[in-house]
Order: sequence, then structure tokens, then C-alpha cells
Amino acid sequence: MPVQDRAGETASAHQPTAPRRRPGRPRRPGRLRRIGLPYLLLLPALLFELLVHLIPMVVGALISFKSLTQLYLAQWQHAPWAGLGNYRIVANFNGSIGQALLHSFVVTCSFTAIAVGLSWLFGCAAAILAQDPFRGRGVLRAIFLTPYALPVYASVITWAFMFQYNNGLVNHVLHDELGITSRPTFWLLGDNSFIALVTVSVWRNWPFAFLVIMAGLQSIPRELYEAAAIDGAGIWQLIRYVTMPSLRSVNQVLVLVLFLWTFNDFTTPYVLFGNAAPQPADVISVHIYQASFLTWNFGEGSAMSVLLLLFLLVVSGGYLLITSPRRDG
Amino acid sequence: MSLRPARMTILATAAIIAATSVAACSSGNSTSSGAGTGAGATITYWASDQGSSIADDYKVLNPELAKFTKQTGIKVKLEVVGWADLLNRVLAATTSGQGPDVVNIGNTWSASLQATGAFLPWTSQNFTAIGGQSKFVSSAVGSTGAAGQPPAAVPLYSVAYALYYNKALFQQAGITSPPATWDELIADGKKLTTGGVSGLAIEGGSIPENIHHSFIFAAQHGCSFFSPSGAPTFTGAGCVAGVQQFVNLMGADKIASPGDAEYDQNQSVSDFASGKAAMLMWQAAGANLKSHGMSPSQYGIAPIPVQSGTPGSGTNVDSMVAGINIAIYKNTKNLTAAEKFVQFMTSPAEQTILCKAYGCIPPVSAAQSSSAFGTPELSVLKNVLATSALAMPQVSGESQFEQLVGTAVKNLFADAAAGPVAAQTVEQQLASAQAQMTK
Repeated sequence: MPVQDRAGETASAHQPTAPRRRPGRPRRPGRLRRIGLPYLLLLPALLFELLVHLIPMVVGALISFKSLTQLYLAQWQHAPWAGLGNYRIVANFNGSIGQALLHSFVVTCSFTAIAVGLSWLFGCAAAILAQDPFRGRGVLRAIFLTPYALPVYASVITWAFMFQYNNGLVNHVLHDELGITSRPTFWLLGDNSFIALVTVSVWRNWPFAFLVIMAGLQSIPRELYEAAAIDGAGIWQLIRYVTMPSLRSVNQVLVLVLFLWTFNDFTTPYVLFGNAAPQPADVISVHIYQASFLTWNFGEGSAMSVLLLLFLLVVSGGYLLITSPRRDG
Repeated sequence: MSLRPARMTILATAAIIAATSVAACSSGNSTSSGAGTGAGATITYWASDQGSSIADDYKVLNPELAKFTKQTGIKVKLEVVGWADLLNRVLAATTSGQGPDVVNIGNTWSASLQATGAFLPWTSQNFTAIGGQSKFVSSAVGSTGAAGQPPAAVPLYSVAYALYYNKALFQQAGITSPPATWDELIADGKKLTTGGVSGLAIEGGSIPENIHHSFIFAAQHGCSFFSPSGAPTFTGAGCVAGVQQFVNLMGADKIASPGDAEYDQNQSVSDFASGKAAMLMWQAAGANLKSHGMSPSQYGIAPIPVQSGTPGSGTNVDSMVAGINIAIYKNTKNLTAAEKFVQFMTSPAEQTILCKAYGCIPPVSAAQSSSAFGTPELSVLKNVLATSALAMPQVSGESQFEQLVGTAVKNLFADAAAGPVAAQTVEQQLASAQAQMTK
């Protein structure tokens, strides 16, 4: 019903304006139609975006200003406002909570830098090596992509089994079979847990880098390589002066996406280490989960999340600003 | 007229959003009944995982629920929730107000969940509806919420810790009786620790196991982790000494294998069942051991050792009051039906059936006399509960305490895997845990 009413209204609305239309100027409804239609088509998506992303984010940000502890869980709307109290606690790096957060932040940054670097390196190397056709290339590509296609939980839990101290495959091979280590190593406890986390993360993410770079390589014209080769360029020079510059825009997006995924990755450390990650591998996603869900202090947890969000915004924005080509004429 | 399709899209979108939000509001609610008997109502029940698997729980509970429906006309929608998810599910239901009507909780969470205000307080009037508070064993009621407030839940199953030992391995090592003090345990443990076998199996990566043992060890040193007013006192000398003694069973005494430090999937139970470890400290392990193929004749059971003397009260406690409580969500639309269900679950007849299936002690006095609970294992557990078990701190910060101190002990086990752990290291970990407690 309302559809007809409103449609009738527009019809009658533009009737009187018609005679006053000046020649050469586009008709208003037509212009509105052209400009408005894309927005109208976007509207459902926007509404869902609002519902699924923005509103929870805003509520999360609001909670960070509340002292929402277990005492207010049943009526969380009535939790008292804490002002900047939560932020003061989580950003006080002399205090225990702030110190733990800072530690976790440093761990996450180094984890991300190493994992993204290695994923990109492996993906890039494999994509370049698999660029020229050879027998079995298709099979090899499919095998390379397997880790990315497996469900996260299933593959990470397999890694957790492999890293076990007593019965794990890794210790069995390194210690029992090859005798490289004098005694079995703890991979899921203590300092080695960082290595275990990086290993699993790289294993999971490099196929994505491989896939994207492989696609990027297809768009580089062969003539460029031929011309460079005629000028006497070797394989390293080809990679450096032809491949890399051509992949610039692909790499820009790839590294950003890998960075965000790795930085925010929750599933891998959670499945690998359970509720409480060992300190050397206490990445920020699990840390915030523990701070909010396991100790029931959602105010502080939200404050940490908001700080994290701001950091990621700044880094992503800065990265795009620096790496995007200048838009000068 | 040309705008019409777009407008229709908007309207359709709005309609979908409205429909989904309405659906979200109505899901989870049960049909309410106006009648005082609750007959015809459907209630939702979240049970905890008590059997050897979740499928096993359904097998045990479904016939009982059918019996209840036949008796009262109240239907019960059962969901068995694994321990890894239960607390989060309870919290989510508390926050959203969209939860089950009746839920099982770990009894140590009672005071923390009581503070959220999610559960129906068991006032004397509510107790009357299920047969009165006096039908429960008093030690079990001691773990249902903070002192001075109506309990947030009522006891459903009780268990206690005991020392399980492998008879054959003891005989091989020439040990005639199970250890009664820690010195004896360490001495026996060293005798038993040979090439492929370790003296004691410890679930070093498990937060609940760590916290329970630490609590007992600390209590034996006169420290309870909380002051009478409920303030955390994690770094008290007794607490540090207790935790240090516990982790050094691995670190210094070396009667537990370093690999135990990362156990958190009940690997210590399977190690004990397969003869890889000679002793195990566990709560009601019988059913669990059976599922691993170990028959009751193969193991003996004794109270957990004490520092000196015999188990009793004060610093001679040897177990926590472990168990499961059952609670009703305050915002249930079927209070009568829910209370009837709790009454049914805590009736002597049902208690006997359920505890027989799960290997627990009924917290209902009238059910305890059944011959089913006279097995050697359950006799020891029953005696421990009656004489030397201590309730975990009944303060609102309890669940935080479990998480933070349990994690600290897990970290300490990682150190213990490499060698002896110093008191100072223990104190640092406990201090850091205490600093994260909400003020």
C-alpha cells in the first residue's frame, strides 16, 4: 500500500514543475533517478552493514566507558559509567594489567611481522617458480593451496597434536628419529610456543599469498620479460626490475590483508593453546578474550579492543597513504 | 513510478530486518503455562557433561526426562553442554536474558553467578517447593553461594578428590599401603618412577584441576586465597608454599613426568589407566577409568595425603567440595514447572539412578544409604565429603580466581617441567594474578 501512495505522490509532485522546466537542463526526476538509484540499491547492504558491523562496534565502544563486570551482567544496560576509568587501567603500563597488555601487544607485533613476512616470501617464491609451465604444475598448485582450503579448526588441532611433548610427531621426528635434540622439546609451553604459533600461521596463510601473487603474475605482459632479457637482465634482475614493480598494487593489498588477518587471528592461537596462551605467545586477540570473557570484566576488555581498533586504523590508513601512488596530474 | 522497485527493496529489507529481530526476541523462550501445576509447559534444561561423553549423557538423562514428562505432563527440552562451553553459554544467557529455564553449573561458580543476579534465589519459600533445604547434606549446601544470602543453586551431584593408585605397580615396587602424607607420597613416588612409568600423573595444563589442587595444598598451609571480607590474598605465605609444593611434585621431586605440564585433555587419566603412571589425584575417576579399560579391581583408592596426621578439618582437609549444582533462571516463564523439575532431579529415587550412572555421591541424605554407594571408591569419597572436604571460596570473584590462579599454576608447571620452581617465582605469578582481579 505505501508503495502506491508514495509513487502517486511523486507523480503528482513533478506534474506542476514540468511547464517551468528550462530547456537544456535535465529533468529533476530523471536526474534523481540516475543519482539516486545506485544509492537505493546500496541501501539494503548499508542497513545490514549497520546492523552487523557498526552497531555492535558502537555498543562495544560504549561498553568500554562502562564498568561492566559480573555484577551487572544480567542488566548490562544499567552498568555504571566509568568515564575513562577502564582506559586509565589498561593503558597504565606501570600497572599489572597495562603491562600485560603492552607485553601482549609487542608479542603480537613481532608475531605479525614475522608471520606476514614469511608468508609473503614463501607465496611469492612459489608463485614465481610455478610461473612457467612444467609437468605436474596443476597438481603442485592444488597441493600448495590445500592448507588454505582446510577448515581452520581441523588443521590447527592437528598441528596441536603434532606439537605434543610426549606423543607429538614433531618431537618424534626431531628427537626420536633424527636425534637432533638431546631431549624432547616443549612446543606448546614456554618460549618455543612462539615458534609453534608462527609456524602454524605461516603454514595457513602462505597459500593465500601464493594465490594472489600467482594471479598478479598473469597480468604482466611477456614482452616486458623478453625485452629485459634481450637487454641482458638475469633472473634476479628480471624479478627485481620487472616482476616486483608490476606486482606493486597486488602486493600492497596482499600485505595489508595478511597483516590484518594475522594481527587479529584468534582461532589459531586459541585452538593451539586453549584458554590461556603461554606468555611468549600471548597474542592480543586471546589476551583480550581472556581479559573480558574469562574474568568477566567486559568494560576493560572493550577498552582494550577500542585501543586495538584505533591502532589498526592508524596503521592501515598510514600504510595506504604511504604505499599508494601519488595522485598528481 | 520508476522508483517503485527500489522502494520495494527498501521495504522488503526493512521487513526482513524487522522479522529477524522479532524472531531473535522470541527464540529461546519456552511456551508458558498459566496453570499452577505447570502441566503442558515445555522447559529447557542445559545439563553439564557428566558421563564419558555427551552422547552418554543423553543416554542417561533421556529416559529419566521421559519419566518426568509422564508424571507431570511437563516437557523438557534437553541440551547437554560440554564443560568448555558451559560457563560462556551461561554468561551469554545471563546477558541476553534468553536462556534455558534450568541449568547445571559447576558448584564452585555459584557465588560468582549469584552476583550476576541471573538465578532464582533459593529462599525458604522456594526451597519448600522442592522439599525443603533439610533434605540436602549440609556440606553440599555450603557450596551454593555467598554466606548470608539465599543460595543461588541447589546441590545435584557431589564428588570429592581421592588418590587412585595402581595395585600391580605398588606391589612391584614393594609398597604395601597407599601414602597418607606428602612425604610418604614423594618417597613412594620416587620408588615407583622408573624408565617408562612415573609415580604420579598430573593434569598440569588444565585450569580447573590446577586450581582445585592448589586450593587444597594452600588450605593445608592455612591459606584460603581470600580474606574473610572477600579480598584476594593470593600472595599469603601459605598460598605460595602450597602452590610451590604442588608444582614441585614435578619440578623438584620429579615424581611426575615433565610432559604432564601440557596435559589438559584428561591425558593423565589415560596415562594412569594404561599403567604409565602409578598414582592419580582425581574426582570420582571410576567411570572415567572404566571407559579407558581399567577395572575397579586394578586400582586402589585412598584419601589425598595431608601434611601430617590424618584427614580432618582445618589444615588437614584433603579435598574440595566438588560437584554440580542445579539452578533456575530468574526470568523463567515457567517457575512452577522448573521447580517441579528440580524437585524431580533431587528426589531420592532419581538421585540414586543418576549418581549410580555417573559415579557420584548424592547430595540428598535419603539417597546416600543406597547400597549402590557402598563400593570401595564411593565409600572413600563419601567419607571425605563428610569429614575433610572444604568448599571453595564462596565469593563473587571466585570464577576470576579460578581462571587467573589456574593460569598462573599452568605457567608454573611450564617452569617445573625444566626444574625446581623457587618460592619467589610462585609469588610473582600469584601477585600478577591478584593484580588482575577486579577491584
